[in-house]
Amino acid sequence: MSDDPTLAPVADDGPLFDPSLKKKKRKKVLFNEDPLGGEGLDEPSSAKEPVAAPAEPGPSILKPAEEGGDDKEVDDLAAMFGDLKKKKKKKKDLPADLDEEASAPAGGDADALDDFSDLKKKKSKKPKKATFDLEEFEKQLGDSTTGTVGDDAEGEGVGDDEDLGENVFALPDAPVQGGDEKDAWLGSDRDYTYSELLGRIFRTLHAQNPDLSSASRKRYTIVPPSVHREGNKKSIFANVADICKRMRRPSEHVIQFLFAELGTTGSVDGEKRLVIKGRFQQKQIENVLRRYIVEYVTCKTCKSPDTLLDKENRIYFVSCESCGSRRSVSAIKTGFQAQVGKRPRK
Amino acid sequence: MNVQNLAAYDPFADEGDALGDNKNVGSQQNYIHIRIQQRNGRKTLTTLQGLPKEYDLKKLLKAFKKEFACNGTLVEDEEMGQVIQLQGDQRVKISTFLTDEGVNKSTIKLHGF
Repeated sequence: MSDDPTLAPVADDGPLFDPSLKKKKRKKVLFNEDPLGGEGLDEPSSAKEPVAAPAEPGPSILKPAEEGGDDKEVDDLAAMFGDLKKKKKKKKDLPADLDEEASAPAGGDADALDDFSDLKKKKSKKPKKATFDLEEFEKQLGDSTTGTVGDDAEGEGVGDDEDLGENVFALPDAPVQGGDEKDAWLGSDRDYTYSELLGRIFRTLHAQNPDLSSASRKRYTIVPPSVHREGNKKSIFANVADICKRMRRPSEHVIQFLFAELGTTGSVDGEKRLVIKGRFQQKQIENVLRRYIVEYVTCKTCKSPDTLLDKENRIYFVSCESCGSRRSVSAIKTGFQAQVGKRPRK
Repeated sequence: MNVQNLAAYDPFADEGDALGDNKNVGSQQNYIHIRIQQRNGRKTLTTLQGLPKEYDLKKLLKAFKKEFACNGTLVEDEEMGQVIQLQGDQRVKISTFLTDEGVNKSTIKLHGF
């Protein structure tokens, strides 16, 4: 059977791939239009059928070159939350790798790294030494380890690159990054990986025109919906008003969408909290909200969330403020509601 | 001028035609909606609505029931036509089933949490 060879790598990749996936999903609530929205819908289906599965996770793991895309995605997501998580992970990972090689230089390097991450944050005065250390460290990694660890290191490197790139966005006047980047492959005579080059073009692009970067990033952050249970059968969605305000949508519209999607009813109480009939978890509400944003908030042409919703002749239009496009969006329909619970006596 | 304009097109006739055309063009009607509803406790109910006419819903329901090992009924609704109701959360299963059977995935809309 041809299935077997395809299945085997999947089983291998499973543990490797899953954590990152989960991380992606768990990453608080970040409302990104495409990657997450698509994934959320696609994933369960692909998990069901083993034949479709290798197509998705396979390449991203097997070829480090393509990891860039994946990383980029993660990074995109991370960008919205100031990638706190990523930093933490990196710090945890690197010392572990170092311990494998040698203990004596590990301490120094780890220190240097810490220094470096601090540097990145604060944009302080001695970046030269830090970059040097990083390079050396990378070389060490490359020399001493092979296979998966080497792969890992590369992934890490990419992550680093991305991080730096981001900091460029944060402080566009920092001159360090360009040289720093070249160093990553200047030190060794290996070939450039695709992701590095990709990172480079993006960095230069953003360095050349800083206004581009400020428009593309940030923004998408929305506080996670705080959902808790009231009694046994109702859920309270406490910060609807806040979220609606952030999305710049009338809360009635959002609430209507929520009810239509969840197939329930509810009401708004005195403190502007939404009381939803039925038990719902934060994750579920989050999913629905994400879909709402994809459908009614983000501009389909330029992906910007900077849009306005207005109504004309009973038809809703979303007009984008950054690119000026305007499109009609479908009205919210509840659809068929099955009879649940007691039937009215006739 | 005005009179001529009025004579040029009959608003009512045009309206009728446009609606007839829209059935094919307007994508909104053609979606297959898969929804979920909560019942008491952690029980749920899945509804499948808007299937194209060429499918025999009765046979489909039978296949669903067998495949997903759940019960279900065919409900007649004045507005939505025939709707398949299944017990439990069968949304993903339905959608994979339909796509495997050759229904275009872009016409299927998964609702709910």
